[in-house]
Amino acid sequence: MSAEAVILLVLSIVVVWGGLLAAILRLRARPERTDLPSGGEDDHREDVAPVERDT
Amino acid sequence: MATTGTAGTGPTTQKPREEWTGQVGFIIAAIGSAVGLGNIWRFPGVAYENGGGAFLVPYLVALLTAGIPILFLDYAIGHRFRGSAPTAFRRIRTWLESLGWFQVMICFVIALYYTAVIAWAVSFFVFSFDLRWGDDPAGFFTGDYLQLADPGVSLEFVPSVLVPLVAVWVVTIAVLAAGVARGVQRANMVFLPLLVVAFLVLVVRSLFLEGAADGLNALFTPDWAALGDANVWIAAYSQIFFSLSIAFGIMITYASYRKRRANLTTPGLVVAFSNSSFEILAGIGVFATLGFLAHEQGVGVGELEGISGPILSFVTFPAIVSQMPGGPFFGALFFGSLAMAGFTSLLSILQVVSAGFQEKFGWSPRQASVRLGVVSAVISVALFSTTTGLIALDTADQWANNIGIVASAVLMSVLVLWVLRRGPELRYHLNTVSTFRLGAWWQVLVAVLAPLVLGYMLVSRVVTLLVDGYEGYPGWYLALVGWGTVAFVVVAALVLAALRWRRSPDDFVPWPPFPPGEAVQGAGRTPSAGGSAARRPAGTAGEEAR
Repeated sequence: MSAEAVILLVLSIVVVWGGLLAAILRLRARPERTDLPSGGEDDHREDVAPVERDT
Repeated sequence: MATTGTAGTGPTTQKPREEWTGQVGFIIAAIGSAVGLGNIWRFPGVAYENGGGAFLVPYLVALLTAGIPILFLDYAIGHRFRGSAPTAFRRIRTWLESLGWFQVMICFVIALYYTAVIAWAVSFFVFSFDLRWGDDPAGFFTGDYLQLADPGVSLEFVPSVLVPLVAVWVVTIAVLAAGVARGVQRANMVFLPLLVVAFLVLVVRSLFLEGAADGLNALFTPDWAALGDANVWIAAYSQIFFSLSIAFGIMITYASYRKRRANLTTPGLVVAFSNSSFEILAGIGVFATLGFLAHEQGVGVGELEGISGPILSFVTFPAIVSQMPGGPFFGALFFGSLAMAGFTSLLSILQVVSAGFQEKFGWSPRQASVRLGVVSAVISVALFSTTTGLIALDTADQWANNIGIVASAVLMSVLVLWVLRRGPELRYHLNTVSTFRLGAWWQVLVAVLAPLVLGYMLVSRVVTLLVDGYEGYPGWYLALVGWGTVAFVVVAALVLAALRWRRSPDDFVPWPPFPPGEAVQGAGRTPSAGGSAARRPAGTAGEEAR
């Protein structure tokens, strides 16, 4: 391989995989905001919702 | 009608929403969606043909200036307005619902042929074990396997494609029927790690092949002059755009299943860089392997043909596998990876369709999965398991992607950000819930740069397809399958938007309130039947569901 190709290969890996690593580390350091405004309680369900039938 | 209450808020008009089990579940599913066939068979060839190592520059610029910003736009719309594409867009402004259905129908069309490619990959996974393609992989793929005929409409089914295609549909319907957490997320939790491990083994193996260094040399040697070519930049923006699963409803839908108080932008960075990391890995694996092929044939890597797309996967790779020591194992890894990468993307594409219909017609995930799945499977089998399947697939793909998705992105940007001016609200939303803050530059990128670049791509592609046609296929065929696909998507979107909602999605208050400080009582909860409509745009408050 030419020196130029090796440099670009290494650079691609460092920049892109480094970006991934940086993003993961940043997320691990601060997974969620702790200063959210009030409200925003969830309307979700963790699982299948109760059966609904028109009666 | 039975209603379910949210913690202490009394009866509601909205069903509680399905949800990922947590941040990791969402990230894995979103990566599974982004990493697809394009990462493996498109990126390496595009990079090679557009400057080699120098392609890294426009690629990164496109990732940072268009890919990630549009990804955040999708997240913001889906998360703030908590719905599939039609619901979310309708909650921005009633008439925008049709844009949501446009995205749903694009996904519907793509799913029809995407399944066929996964079925091919599954078949070739099996064929790998006894190298069934023999000495003539090209003849085997189009002749023995696909039994390809001339462009036209054929009802002559090919059993070797039909059987795996039906199998892929059955598995897909089963996963979607199980719901977001127990179906889609669980499947991604299994297949994404498996894909990464299988592909890593494949790449490491490829690096030890003779000629691997020549392949990498060809891919990474920079051609700096290419940076002066506008087409290279367009290629970079296209690659990023199509690779990230953005602007056609997927990330809107996926973000809507996050809890309200959830971080969006930093997980988005993880997803975007994971996708690119996989592309770089695929580039290394594919070109190391192509280097081996060139070495075996005694030619330069530059003289090889069939280095991207389905031909790379189903003709060139089988040829390489045949010549390689331990070929069957390598082939199984490659086609297994292809099938898994495709499958996790397919789930996300169909979840867009399923979610849209669930919300509009009040269907359960199981009802939506079975009803839509059976209809899609029948159409998919009828169109793509026949002797004209490959040509129909190639044509529909060209139009659905280059016209459909790009138009969807331009429309989304222009309508949401220019016409309705919701950029500040969406940026505020992202910044309020997320740990990675966006400056005003984000609005400039998604409202100005993205529509300019994508608009140019759209117009130039429309002109090319109108003037030059496509692949030499007959004009009537392109009108029917190509432009016909776009027409079908548009008409279906308008019809679906005009139908009546089983349960109005309009009684909804976005959280956090915008502008900040304008606290709305009950904001953030699904409001009660008589709840506030304070943040609904003028003109829609109190409007009956159509």
